[in-house]
Amino acid sequence: MHINWFKYSTPQTFYPLAGRMLPWFFGLAVMFGLAGLYVSLALAPTDFQQGEAYRIIFVHVPAAWMSMLIYIIMAAWAGLGLALNARLPAMMAQALAPTGALFTVLALLTGSLWGKPMWGAWWVWDARLTSELILLFLYIGFIALQSSIADPRRADRAGALLALVGVVNVPIIYFSVKWWNTLHQGASINMTNAPTMATTMLIGMLLMTLALWMYTIAVALLRVRCIMLERERSSAWVQILYEVQALPELNTMPGAKT
Amino acid sequence: MHWLNWADFFNMGGYAFYVWLSFGMSALSLSYEVIALRNRRRRALRLSRLLAQG
Repeated sequence: MHINWFKYSTPQTFYPLAGRMLPWFFGLAVMFGLAGLYVSLALAPTDFQQGEAYRIIFVHVPAAWMSMLIYIIMAAWAGLGLALNARLPAMMAQALAPTGALFTVLALLTGSLWGKPMWGAWWVWDARLTSELILLFLYIGFIALQSSIADPRRADRAGALLALVGVVNVPIIYFSVKWWNTLHQGASINMTNAPTMATTMLIGMLLMTLALWMYTIAVALLRVRCIMLERERSSAWVQILYEVQALPELNTMPGAKT
Repeated sequence: MHWLNWADFFNMGGYAFYVWLSFGMSALSLSYEVIALRNRRRRALRLSRLLAQG
């Protein structure tokens, strides 16, 4: 099968494609999410050291993985936008940033809720926690920098540079538990060794990760469609869209008091 | 199935606060993100409509 990918490389052509893909990814997210919740809350056995508190792992680890993965994908899109001087990849980077920031916050908060009963502290300045906090600042910096520059194309370029420089932090987070003595436990899944956790726990964690992954794609597609509408609202292709034309005639500015 | 009854399930071995707050805030924030984006889309469409009608 031959697909001409360049056909979809402009906002105008990608917008309808993103709209068709959206329900599938939301559907997959719900399916994996329900299966993942069932395995993690109903089937997975009690941890012999941490009791039932360990179940936080099923949201904490997937959220933390996604926070790092989204950053790398965001930086790759931003870099592609910079290299090709193209709008669509830059818009994709912009669409991923808030969801990445959200998963970073969730990883930090659920980690805190896990740390309190297990370590006796909500927060410690340990290498893993600190580098994850820096990831949050990088996401916030990327979003703030882009929204502070009025010209969208200049904002794309400035954001891309920040995103690319920040990539250095991701391996630091990932390897922090190896490189430094930390309170944080080691990697849950290791590429080289056989998994040490129960198979049911592993399956629960992978299902939850897949759910968050599918969710991320769906939400990024939803957001990139908003960004396209906002940034290209004066272009003809937006104004002749069915969903724009189908709206009744408007008399007031949206949000304005009548 | 791992649990004996519902009370057992909700109690989470005494860690109910930590476990349910973790799952709850994750579910709530993801739902909020989707709702916020739907509203953003509605606003963007209305503004485009306004520009389209000139």
